[in-house]
Amino acid sequence: MTDFFILMKQELIIMVIIFILLAIKIGRYRSNEWLLDMVNLLLLVNFAAGFFFNKEGMLFNDMFRTTSLIVLEKNILSLGILIISLQSYSWLKNHKHVLEFYILLLSTLLGMFFMISSGNLLMFYLGLELSTIPLAAAANFDLQKKKSSEAAMKLIISSAFSSGLLLFGISLIYGTTGTLTFTGITTHITHDPLQLFAFILLLAGFAFKISVVPFHLWTADVYEGSPVAVTSYLSVISKGAVLFVFVSVLYTVFKPISDSWYNMLFLLSVLTIIIGNLFAIRQTNIKRFLAFSSIAQVGFILVGITGTSQLGTTSVIYFVLIYLFSNLAAFGVVSLVSAATGKEDINDYKNFYQTNPVLSWVLAIGLFSLAGVPPTAGFFGKFFLLMSGAGQGNYFLITIAALNMVISFYYYLRIVKAIFMDANDHPIEKLAIPGFPKIALYMCVAGIVLTGLVSYLYDHIHSLTQVADTVPFIGK
Amino acid sequence: MNTIPLTHILFVSTALFFIGMYGLFTRRNIITMLMSIELILNSVNINFIAFNKYLHPANLDGVFFTIFIIAIAAAEAAVAIAIIINLYRNHKSIDIEDAAEMKY
Repeated sequence: MTDFFILMKQELIIMVIIFILLAIKIGRYRSNEWLLDMVNLLLLVNFAAGFFFNKEGMLFNDMFRTTSLIVLEKNILSLGILIISLQSYSWLKNHKHVLEFYILLLSTLLGMFFMISSGNLLMFYLGLELSTIPLAAAANFDLQKKKSSEAAMKLIISSAFSSGLLLFGISLIYGTTGTLTFTGITTHITHDPLQLFAFILLLAGFAFKISVVPFHLWTADVYEGSPVAVTSYLSVISKGAVLFVFVSVLYTVFKPISDSWYNMLFLLSVLTIIIGNLFAIRQTNIKRFLAFSSIAQVGFILVGITGTSQLGTTSVIYFVLIYLFSNLAAFGVVSLVSAATGKEDINDYKNFYQTNPVLSWVLAIGLFSLAGVPPTAGFFGKFFLLMSGAGQGNYFLITIAALNMVISFYYYLRIVKAIFMDANDHPIEKLAIPGFPKIALYMCVAGIVLTGLVSYLYDHIHSLTQVADTVPFIGK
Repeated sequence: MNTIPLTHILFVSTALFFIGMYGLFTRRNIITMLMSIELILNSVNINFIAFNKYLHPANLDGVFFTIFIIAIAAAEAAVAIAIIINLYRNHKSIDIEDAAEMKY
């Protein structure tokens, strides 16, 4: 019984927070400031609690399992939601439905936790749905805005379709292997054409969620239309969670057919990097721009996944951590500007440095890290991803990825140039930065600098993946 | 008694899957698109039940999965219809061509 509480610690904490928020909601009226203080405190507690009383094991007949690596992945997500919550302070301060927003976000986080911990396709599917359905409602949170409702509609239709594809794949896998557990599938999966077809459907479902290129069309529209807090949540947390699961599913469950999925991933990553980059060049809205840049980043992550080694898992988790800090630094500034002035066009950012030097530097550091300029962590992240991909000896892929890094410099530095050098008669006026967003921005900048320089972090992740690789399923 | 062979049932479910897919891509009314998605989910349900009954009758994994899919499809439809109602209030239409604020 104590095992149950310790192993499911993080999920239980999230559930308790959701119930506390519901209790506050039905209680007497509270001001938004009080609510936001309370929620941020609870999220901080949630993040801190992830570091204590950790134990490895499994529950419910291997439906739910926990390892140190999984705990670390959940901690990364908890950190992300804390930073996003701090950043969206200025947007939520004047919003009527603060608690509903947090209840939706925390339910999706709960779904992601279950998805990461799943050891069974049923559990995995439930987690995936729990993490996407409330997100569509959250995307619609600016109820009066046309764009917001359109974004939510696109998100719910495309995610329902993608889960339909995923389910059809799961049903064929169930038919051919007779089991739904990950361990059972690993022992039964072969290069049988029907199983490969099922795998392709499953891959399509995953590719929809992490917006890999043939399945990326919803990304830019949803990112542009949703409120900035939801956009950053979509681009960092939900993408990160699905990536964690994607890596572990490919490396353990579908290990026997790794030569088949290597070719598929090779093709997908080349397409994703090139198309993500080319479309990012022509964007004028900064949220759309960040959407396409995040598509290109996923392409680099796929290069790392093709490595099929322990280095692959390590570099992906390490990169997601760095990507979280860099993307949230950029989105933090965008959300402050958008909440105060409503401006989201790249041209509005011209000469931003003159009025807001601090925010300009944060945005510039975030963009440098996304581009992968050496002193920032983004460089190390991409370096390890490419190194993992090079382990397979496919230097064509690495060359394309490296060339595209050069192209990506062009469009990231274009924004930095606009901020610092371009003349503008009406720059965005000086913005007051409230306390919480300021803390979040400093956390992001510190994260960008330190994650790259403190090698302990990388070594720590590497030591955890080693354990996970040699003993993929504890207890068996 | 003659039983229906498994291949016949799989033919029906696969046809249903692709009819749903065709409907999703060709229909312009969002409610009809949602119905097409329900067709896809129901084809998966038929698959699960058929596989469970014919190939793996020892345990009830497939049937349980079906029950969960039905429940989740209901939840998804509830959220989707709420979103569509809000879309209708903003755009005065539920035709997907009219919801074209954002492109490329």
